[in-house]
Amino acid sequence: MTEKPKVGVYVCHCGINISSTVDVDAVSEYAQKLPNVEVARTYSYMCSDPGQVLIKNDIRELGLNRVVVASCSPRMHEPTFRKAIKEAGVNPFFLEMANIREQCSWVHEEIEEGTAKAKKLVGAAVAKARLLEALESKEVDAEPAALVIGAGIAGIQASLDIADAGFKVYLVEKTPSVGGRMAQLDKTFPTLDCSACILTPKMVDCASHPNIELLSYSEVEEITGFIGNFDVKVRKKARYVDFDKCTGCGDCAAACRVKDRFPSEFDQGMGKRSAIYLPFPQAVPAKYTIDAENCLFLSKGKCGKNPKCQEVCGAEAINFEQQDEMVEFKVGAVIVATGFDTFDASRKPEYGYADYPNVITGMEMERLVSASGPTGGKVKIFNGKEEIEPKEIAFIKCVGSRDKSVGNEYCSRVCCMYVAKQAHLLRDKMPDANIRVYYMDVRAFGKGFEEFYDRVRRENVRYIRGNPSEIFKRGDKLVVKVEDTLTATPLEDEVDLVVLGVGLEPRADMREVMDLLRLSQSPDRFFLEAHPKLRPVDTATEGVFLAGCCQGPKDIPDTVAQAKGAASSAMIPLARGKVTIGAQVASVNEATCRGCSFCVSICPYTAIEMVTVNRFGHEVEVARVNEALCKGCGSCSAACLSDSIQPKSFRDRQILPQIAALGVLK
Amino acid sequence: MSATFEPNIVAFLCNWCSYAGADLAGTSRERYPANLQIIRVMCSGRVNPLYVMNALQQGADGVLVSGCHPGDCHYMEGNYYARRRLGMLKDLMEFIGVDPRRFHMSWVSASEGHKWKEVVEKTVEDAREAGPFEGFRRRQIDW
Repeated sequence: MTEKPKVGVYVCHCGINISSTVDVDAVSEYAQKLPNVEVARTYSYMCSDPGQVLIKNDIRELGLNRVVVASCSPRMHEPTFRKAIKEAGVNPFFLEMANIREQCSWVHEEIEEGTAKAKKLVGAAVAKARLLEALESKEVDAEPAALVIGAGIAGIQASLDIADAGFKVYLVEKTPSVGGRMAQLDKTFPTLDCSACILTPKMVDCASHPNIELLSYSEVEEITGFIGNFDVKVRKKARYVDFDKCTGCGDCAAACRVKDRFPSEFDQGMGKRSAIYLPFPQAVPAKYTIDAENCLFLSKGKCGKNPKCQEVCGAEAINFEQQDEMVEFKVGAVIVATGFDTFDASRKPEYGYADYPNVITGMEMERLVSASGPTGGKVKIFNGKEEIEPKEIAFIKCVGSRDKSVGNEYCSRVCCMYVAKQAHLLRDKMPDANIRVYYMDVRAFGKGFEEFYDRVRRENVRYIRGNPSEIFKRGDKLVVKVEDTLTATPLEDEVDLVVLGVGLEPRADMREVMDLLRLSQSPDRFFLEAHPKLRPVDTATEGVFLAGCCQGPKDIPDTVAQAKGAASSAMIPLARGKVTIGAQVASVNEATCRGCSFCVSICPYTAIEMVTVNRFGHEVEVARVNEALCKGCGSCSAACLSDSIQPKSFRDRQILPQIAALGVLK
Repeated sequence: MSATFEPNIVAFLCNWCSYAGADLAGTSRERYPANLQIIRVMCSGRVNPLYVMNALQQGADGVLVSGCHPGDCHYMEGNYYARRRLGMLKDLMEFIGVDPRRFHMSWVSASEGHKWKEVVEKTVEDAREAGPFEGFRRRQIDW
């Protein structure tokens, strides 16, 4: 470092956000007296255009070469101010921010303590700023391809958008078919579009698109690398059916020795399937899969003399020798669209879901009313004596949502409307049925929702405000015990069928994805976005984006909108063809490195290697950092025996002065 | 030790979880004592145990290191290193006679603003009980 540090300190009022609990003028006066500080000023909004001009002018007129901005969190405006000082000709890494808003003015009430703390924070920032170093960001090529995890409507839409833009997409789906939850739905609120009719064309498109490589019945095993350059390993699980030979005729399933014996996942366990199966008639790809757990030949080693499926398959597609296959490829961006689980209603034992067959969930009702469902769309139930068409039907809303007792404080956003839709569908099928909905609130907030809710009420569906406390059996009826809270009347309502409006939950297997991509959860346990308002599809991991219900409950239009947003964000590195990689990486002082290689064993990114150098005429081994792989965490540095490996911008000599400034010797 | 002793605390927070959690505490307008100042590092694994000793030597009465929850590290395993190193340091500190109430480690995620407030309150309260730290010879370093 040759030039003497000349620091400018800029203290932001942030309107009254900071100035109401921090005396910004006092902080500025204090900063003015700190060593190497040329100028200290305050301004109402430093991030505004005039605020930035103020800094730039000082740089030009006073020859500042370091800038400290005391304002909001660097997580908010660090890029803004880096850009500003760069425009004025100062290396963008000669910026240090003091967080006097989120971590000071907003959490303290007394102006004395707020001001005293802000002075310390500014002092620490100046102490560090004096010792910062100029860094250069590097650009590397980005692979023009994307990985999309999950092929529900979110994953399908995101894949189609990216593929249509001309980039390669690898769409990985865990189950044998694409389609996800939307494929299971009958009609969609509030327009009553047939779900399958609007979804299946997209399912077919994503399987036939020349730019989309669909990896169904596959799971992502490993993702390494960084934005622009992710290396992905996918396990294609063995279907025991030759993908290319299978014609999807279905002879195998009809011949299976354990035909129609196992609960169909697609029909929520209400229908049955064979051990070799297609999840549903419109499944894409239309290829059969053998469920190895239930297949007699695969689980017991014997299925009659010869497995029937093998005997009847004209295409000779059955292959019991098939093994899982590993596929590896490179992508520039990743979209996570892993969806949700529905709330397990047996966790509310008072509703008797596990005990009474005629207490069903909303998802089961979808299959029951669907023409492609296990009953062909006929709503029939067995009341213990005979099969009847239910006459008295009750819906209960907010089951597993807005309920702290099950740990779900959030609103699931879709239940109000799917309950209204199902009430309408039942009314359509059964004009004489008595249908009522028990509710806490009706949240009909979306486009066309209120109008639809109004229509359903006019179709003689009674809405009764009350949260049922219990469901029990009386004779062949179910009794819903509830208080009508609008009239303060306790009721015991005898019904034939209860439909629980179950909410949406994060997937039970989301941990696997979190570990793959270093994602975090928000308090509701769904994936955490980078910023709740301004970066709703981004994550803390650059190049990784979220789409659909994995980020929080949403309906189909919102899911599609978010998927399109995620696709467009993911395409930024793909279209640019380049990504900027972090400049704040580790570097080694080869003169002092003793070659112990502790750092090599610690680095989680294998970014450090040992190389031989000539030091004063001796061949010695020293560590060297691969800057493209290093992410700048600094774990290596804390382990270094000679303080030789140091993360740039977070060096010992940059952090220790901060400590000294905050310690403030007594 | 007077009843109104206000300890001075230095905290090292990782950028991705705890620092973001502390930001969220601010955005959510949580209230907590002003005794603690934060130094941002990229990962709790970057916190050299010497930083903790250095802070005590430079006039801090207590030190806090906070990172992502174990298993959630943005850098995969940095917080495991922190947990090992700083766990050892805590034992060592006790051995050399530093009140263990002066040093805390916590795991606060980006969504745990309220937990951050509780961690600060506990850290400050413990350091207050431990009283002013006079254990190390002060050494002024001019950087």
